[in-house]
Amino acid sequence: MALLAAQRNAHEALMADAAAIKGRSLWEDAGRRFRANKAAMAGVIVLGLITLCAIVAPSLSPHTIDDLDWMNIGAPPSLENGHWFGTDDTGKDMFVLTWMGARVSLIIGVMTTAVALSIGVIYGATAGYVGGRTDNAMMRFVDVLYALPLLFFIIILVTVFGRNIYLVFLAIGCVEWLTMARIVRGQTLSVKQKEFIEAARASGAGPAAIIGRHVLPNVVGPVIVYVTLLVPTNILVESYLSFLGLGVKEPLTSWGVLISRGANSIESAPWLLLIPATCLAITMFCFNFIGDGLRDALDPKDR
Amino acid sequence: MTSYALRRLIIAAPTLFMIVTLSFFMMHLAPGGPFDAEASLEPEVIANLEAAYDLDKPIIVQYGFYLGKVARGDFGPSIIYIDRTVTELLVIGLPVSIKLGLSAMILALAVGGSLGVIAALRRNSLTDYAVMGVAMTGIAVPSFVMAPLMSLLFGVVLKILPVASLEPRGGLAEALPMLAPITPYILPVVALALPQIAILARLTRGAMIETLRQNYIRTARAKGLGQRNVVWTHALKSASLPVISYLGPAAASILTGSVVIEQIFQLPGMGRFFIQGAINRDYPLVLGIVVVYALAVILLNLIVDLMYGLLDPKVKVE
Repeated sequence: MALLAAQRNAHEALMADAAAIKGRSLWEDAGRRFRANKAAMAGVIVLGLITLCAIVAPSLSPHTIDDLDWMNIGAPPSLENGHWFGTDDTGKDMFVLTWMGARVSLIIGVMTTAVALSIGVIYGATAGYVGGRTDNAMMRFVDVLYALPLLFFIIILVTVFGRNIYLVFLAIGCVEWLTMARIVRGQTLSVKQKEFIEAARASGAGPAAIIGRHVLPNVVGPVIVYVTLLVPTNILVESYLSFLGLGVKEPLTSWGVLISRGANSIESAPWLLLIPATCLAITMFCFNFIGDGLRDALDPKDR
Repeated sequence: MTSYALRRLIIAAPTLFMIVTLSFFMMHLAPGGPFDAEASLEPEVIANLEAAYDLDKPIIVQYGFYLGKVARGDFGPSIIYIDRTVTELLVIGLPVSIKLGLSAMILALAVGGSLGVIAALRRNSLTDYAVMGVAMTGIAVPSFVMAPLMSLLFGVVLKILPVASLEPRGGLAEALPMLAPITPYILPVVALALPQIAILARLTRGAMIETLRQNYIRTARAKGLGQRNVVWTHALKSASLPVISYLGPAAASILTGSVVIEQIFQLPGMGRFFIQGAINRDYPLVLGIVVVYALAVILLNLIVDLMYGLLDPKVKVE
């Protein structure tokens, strides 16, 4: 009886060992490399904090976004009157404005990227998978669009159809999908030569199933890297539009709107420019560090 | 080579046609018109105005008229700048924008390229980290933040350069009268070039590091060539290829960046006319500028591709 128990224990210990030495998947490897990258991890943490601030900070302030504090117009940052980031030239609290702007800027960055991602992935995967003449025609079309000063189209769209926030999502997203399509197409072309695609086709899977179940999961790496770089690009595009007076409308605000207003009073009230600009720059740094970290973690060349 | 260039120019025609068509219908199909703002106008006056600009005709007829005129190089009269044709406005705006953009491009290439090469040669040294740190900042801080900060520092605090004016004022113009005519352009050009300097520095550094790892560089070193010779005659040419292929997109971003910079520094370039025109629905002005911009981007891309073909023996341009 004791012998049997000992045998079972030994067997369990063996199984535990086997579990401990199970192979590392590509994603575990990448995760380990990413966590070892200090700049990228710092980027993740700081970006997390900024997102948290954007969600909760406006309600922590004693002021709200509509408060006009007549006693403190254009006041510099101070702890005593509760205007931690100062006030603007109408007496609005900059702390609340900055984090409300953060909400809009971050949401725009994410939503526009989602639009670009959907169009780019579908377009690129189709072109790459179908190949041949269709691929040629589809990619020529992308080349033609690439040659255009697309920001001008965004400006025309926004001025002509009104400065609606959903339109800003769509306009930026519809313009920024080109590189995504190229990346996905290139990856798809190389993946579709692999044996497992042939196996899937041999077992009777249709094109849609092959693209969705077998091709796309294998092109995720470069797409993730590009997404982390596209989000900050799109936040910048929105700021650029806002700076020209073509971004989101009152009562919404964004970092671009705040920067543009701050730039006008830079001599009398520099904090109106510096605070939103610093937030924007820190966010850009975070995304770029994370993107670089992901690229190093996922790039098979350096393995 | 010549036939390739010609073929590319011929392909440019349908591209341009697509751009004109797309922007024309985008502007004209939207609700509202250029005379909405003037609420005090009598309906008859508006009707007369619309007739004068052909806006009362069916859109397809307007489109036909417009294509015919553009084909003859006539962009029509501007609506907001009364008594000016779009061509006249382009003649005012284009030289300013070209000066600005070209100088920014040259500055970005010279500074960004040298910084990248220096960083690559001293890889993982303090110099490298400093250059890459500056480059990162250049990418993270947009030009419309840099520009006001630079104006404040050099124009208002130090009083070296003029701010938002084409008059040569400030300390530098007085100290060196020779340089006076270019002083109004220094701040805008630098502000416009900064993001491109940053990107080009990163790009050049990467390309240079990659090239210096190649076997033929090891061979060059092994046969006893000095560092200068290896870098200048052997590495630089191959390392410049990725940089050259970025010049097309770089030119496009300088063009769009120029819109904001002209706005900030109050320069009478194409970008300001474009924004004014777009906000006020000045159809002919906006379309004219889009055509010129698109033409510029197409031509620049062609030049870049031709340069690429000349430099890269792997690419055969036929």
